[in-house]
Amino acid sequence: MNLVRLICISVGLVLIWQAIVLLTGVPPYILPGPLSVAKAALTHSGSLFDHAMTTLFEIIAGLLLGTLLGASSALSMIASLSLKRWLLPVLVISQAIPVFALAPLLVLWLGYGIGSKIAMAVLIIFFPVTAAFYDGLRSTEPEWLELAQVMNAKPLAVIRHIRVPAALPAFASGLRVATAVAPIGAIVGEWVGSSKGLGFYMLHANARMQIDIMFAALAVLAIVALTLYFLVDRAMIKIVYWQKDNGLATPPAGRRGGQVRPKGTRERNEF
Amino acid sequence: MINSTETNSGPAKCQSAPSVFLENVSFSYPGKEIFRSLNFTVKSGQWTCLIGPSGCGKSTLLRLISGTLREGFSGEIRFSDGNSHNGLTSWMAQKDLLLPWLTVLDNVCLGARLRGEISSEKRKKAISLIQDAGLVAYLNSLPSELSGGMRQRVALMRTLMEDRSVILMDEPFSALDALTRLKLQDLAADMVKGATVLMVTHDPLEALRLGHSIYVMTGRPAQLSKVLVPPGLPPRKPGDTAIVSLQAELIDRLSRTSHEEFGIEEGGKT
Repeated sequence: MNLVRLICISVGLVLIWQAIVLLTGVPPYILPGPLSVAKAALTHSGSLFDHAMTTLFEIIAGLLLGTLLGASSALSMIASLSLKRWLLPVLVISQAIPVFALAPLLVLWLGYGIGSKIAMAVLIIFFPVTAAFYDGLRSTEPEWLELAQVMNAKPLAVIRHIRVPAALPAFASGLRVATAVAPIGAIVGEWVGSSKGLGFYMLHANARMQIDIMFAALAVLAIVALTLYFLVDRAMIKIVYWQKDNGLATPPAGRRGGQVRPKGTRERNEF
Repeated sequence: MINSTETNSGPAKCQSAPSVFLENVSFSYPGKEIFRSLNFTVKSGQWTCLIGPSGCGKSTLLRLISGTLREGFSGEIRFSDGNSHNGLTSWMAQKDLLLPWLTVLDNVCLGARLRGEISSEKRKKAISLIQDAGLVAYLNSLPSELSGGMRQRVALMRTLMEDRSVILMDEPFSALDALTRLKLQDLAADMVKGATVLMVTHDPLEALRLGHSIYVMTGRPAQLSKVLVPPGLPPRKPGDTAIVSLQAELIDRLSRTSHEEFGIEEGGKT
């Protein structure tokens, strides 16, 4: 179902694109048609793939590191009140500086390689993950905590078995946002200074007026970003398995409900 | 913890369940006195019901006994076996408070897991409790797959699994429909036997069915007064003539006081 819809949307967009090219007669160095872009993509598929892999690696490494950092700082803020008092202002201040403005500095410090791009992605990802997860950890149902207290729960066990799972839906939405913005970090980093990656390839093609290659690179970037997003979305649905209708790519409610029912209907036990 | 001789289900500990003595217990929020100098005893191994209009401090009283609320109160809460409240009480609320990501079995085992005491023996015990509750087919179901009554039964099993000798219940059946409520009351009365129970409720019938002794809590600051208890041992039949007439009296008494004390400004949630 979802796949069909996705194909329909893609085909529709390409058709609109072609129609604009035909109707406005815009020259190909401003907006090339889908066919010439496809042709360019085919002829340069080798280098497109190479650059895409570099960018993908930067994005994934940034995602992993950023998520790890974000999750652990959210956790430590919940575990220790004094740490929270020190860390929270730092977080807010760090967000007051536009990350893009840091890009040249990062390149200066970490060089032209992938390090500066990963750092860029981490910086962008860090905040949405931390903010969402921390918010989720903080807003645990108070009565669950009270119950745990009556049960003489160990403080760490409360975090592990109650607070963290309860915060997973919030964490999942933070990670979704992070996945959506992660490519921005990698691409901006590549624009500022690099010799590899789709961002670099686009600038390179742009400088030589190879607009069709530029569009092909853009399309590949879109595919990479979308695939990554859907994979993360799937994973998040698995992780937050007890929540129905979470995520954007959730199957229709009827089908999920159907999976769940049969177990319950076996026995007439209504009270 | 109490080491009663192991039975296959429920906390059977007639000898070991302590009484709870409340002496001169007062509680106030800043600028608002909830109750003053309460004196009463939750008798060992019996079911004591506390009934009163909402906002009179019933839940607060439970929290004081369970130890989750420690500020703003004076007086003494003692357990007859000399222990403090830590590790003695078990708590059941109006909401089932099941964790939606845990299966029925894991929810029942929650306390053991939170204390780091989970073992295959504990699991076996939980399974036999769930069996007694008639929910063994749902062992691995998530709470979202159960009806409200079934969920509350799981909550009851989680409460019993704690194997505490004092059980505090805060309107545990009030969110259920009438028939389910009656059935669950019977189940609870049966399975809780031997433990000291203090149950807060605003349902007169519930109190009259289940209570060995019943207190009405009214006024501001709230006061306690003892109510006549119908003859016979709980759980009493809902159609019992004694229950019916006492119920009318109890409702009358509650509505009178709620007019006097809580008429216009009612609604402060405890």
